[in-house]
Amino acid sequence: MLKFLLQGLTRPPLTEAPPSPEDAELTALAARLQTAARRRLGRSLSIRAVDAGSCNACELEIHALNNAYYDIERFGLRFVASPRHADVLLVTGPVTNNMRQALERTYNAMPNPKWVVAVGDCALDGGCFAGSAAVAGGVAKAVPVDLSIPGCPPPPLEILKGLLTLLEQM
Amino acid sequence: MPTLHDILREGRMVANHRPWPRAMVNARTWQMAAATAADGRLTLLGLWGDADVVHMALLDDQAGSAAVLSLECPDKRFPSVGRLHPPAIRLERALRDMHGLEPVDCPDPRPWIDHSGGAPYPFLSAEGDSLHQIAVGPVHAGIIEPGHFRFTVNGETVVRVEERLGYVHRGIEKLMRGAMLEQGAKLAERVSGDSTVAYALAFARAVEAALELEPPPRALYIRGLMAELERLANHLGDIGAICNDASFAMMHAHCGILRERVLRAAHGCFGHRLMRDCLRPGGVARDIDAAGLALLDALVTDIRRHFPALVKLYDNTASLQDRTVTSGILKPALARQFGAGGYVGRASGRAFDVRRSIAYPPYDELEFDVPSLTEGDVNARVWIRIREVEQSLSLIEQMMARLPAGPVMTAVTSRPGESVSMVEGFRGDVLVWLRLDDDGRIVRCHLRDPSWFQWPLLEAAIEGNIVADFPLCNKSFNCSYAGHDL
Repeated sequence: MLKFLLQGLTRPPLTEAPPSPEDAELTALAARLQTAARRRLGRSLSIRAVDAGSCNACELEIHALNNAYYDIERFGLRFVASPRHADVLLVTGPVTNNMRQALERTYNAMPNPKWVVAVGDCALDGGCFAGSAAVAGGVAKAVPVDLSIPGCPPPPLEILKGLLTLLEQM
Repeated sequence: MPTLHDILREGRMVANHRPWPRAMVNARTWQMAAATAADGRLTLLGLWGDADVVHMALLDDQAGSAAVLSLECPDKRFPSVGRLHPPAIRLERALRDMHGLEPVDCPDPRPWIDHSGGAPYPFLSAEGDSLHQIAVGPVHAGIIEPGHFRFTVNGETVVRVEERLGYVHRGIEKLMRGAMLEQGAKLAERVSGDSTVAYALAFARAVEAALELEPPPRALYIRGLMAELERLANHLGDIGAICNDASFAMMHAHCGILRERVLRAAHGCFGHRLMRDCLRPGGVARDIDAAGLALLDALVTDIRRHFPALVKLYDNTASLQDRTVTSGILKPALARQFGAGGYVGRASGRAFDVRRSIAYPPYDELEFDVPSLTEGDVNARVWIRIREVEQSLSLIEQMMARLPAGPVMTAVTSRPGESVSMVEGFRGDVLVWLRLDDDGRIVRCHLRDPSWFQWPLLEAAIEGNIVADFPLCNKSFNCSYAGHDL
């Protein structure tokens, strides 16, 4: 374990690995995000994620935002366990009938001001599940949506970009 | 006791069902099959409904054969299999919710997937001094799928956990009805996001069996590469996440890096991190080029360089082992009874792997081990994943070395047919049953996730553990909510 800890101290972080087009994009994004977040929210934005019927692919990519490559917390963005602590509700899935009430309750439990971000194609309009009697067909059918991030699933960088767009709109 | 062959002989064989036989049976034979499964001589692979017909897929482990039995129930009633064989109970409850077919004498009359009833769900009771309940979900603290867990605890010790699922029910099987193959493949891929390739493959193989198509050899190998990349990404993610649930964040961070590298390599090779819309009935939609192969080669070298140190770290950290060893033990007898697939079964002595047991290409030409342990604890489920990461790396190397040249897609015709297919996803065996009409439209498509037979076992494995070990046990099972709820 000591070896791993020492390596962590001596090696450069992965987030600053040799620049490739994607990494350059990420660095530029980080700079913009920091300015926007600092000005509007005192450098912190708390996010509560709710799966309202997703296939879990969006969750996997949201998870990836926490890995060493994206390291979302360095921007002051962090995922919180309770809607009471959250500024942003990140919703995935087409909103199933069975999750609708839980989603509405989570939204209602959040303090104002609050924003809702719909992640993924099915959160936008039901995606390939649109038309099923078991789904509402998009997050906007249940709670007011401020921003949609399309993709099936959107890659982590797109989700990060979406959150930046939201911050700039606030 | 009758064998599967004897049971089939009692029924009337149905033509044009591939590759396993399907027989129409009467209620007596249906019950005889249920009793044989309850006796442990057959493994229940699935139980699903159709218009006034129920189907049951069974596996004869010893003979290595499988078959589908069908029972007509014009009065919307059929003899319960769950009455004799508990693994069928949830399947029958779902069947009643979805098709209105009544399993007569099913021990559990409560709805399962259908949450529309106004009354509160009657959870099972646990009575005794100083017991209290903890209700968790469907919205959880982490970024995970929704489901409800009702704990009854005595102090710190869990006396009973009851799961309530169905929150992510999207009506996929209903959307499948009347869909064209292309739409069907899209839906199948979106059953469970982490098993995108497994479902795409199971669906494609079912279509190909029904239409008697043979994809080109190169496509079969590319599918194999995709399937192993998916397994690698998920196992690496899981190993880290299990350690994270034991508060050992360092493993999580390092495994997360390796997982991200797998996803990036997948994107580089196939244009999508989860390889969505890449695998289609008839072959694969995307070929792999020399640059893609170089990426995979670099990935395998990279994981081989970094992974052994992580395994050593896992094995040598006493505080972590203290949490994982002897936690959440699943007894081999239960794993066998439920036909638990994947790492859940293999960590509890059930060495079943579709890639080996019902070998399909390209695995019939490749060398690999099916690791298995008997301890059945969280630690065993971690070790199975570790060993499977090593096997997947070797499989990727073998497939790259033998990758045939040629086309990657064969033309898909349309004609009626019925088929069943089973493939090994990272989580276990995914089963697809399919019926096509003359125009190549889907009449009925049933998708059975391995989680159906793993979720009930989690309830058994957690008994007697402390509440704080539930996330650890749950992650070590890593059952799918979306795959189960459809």
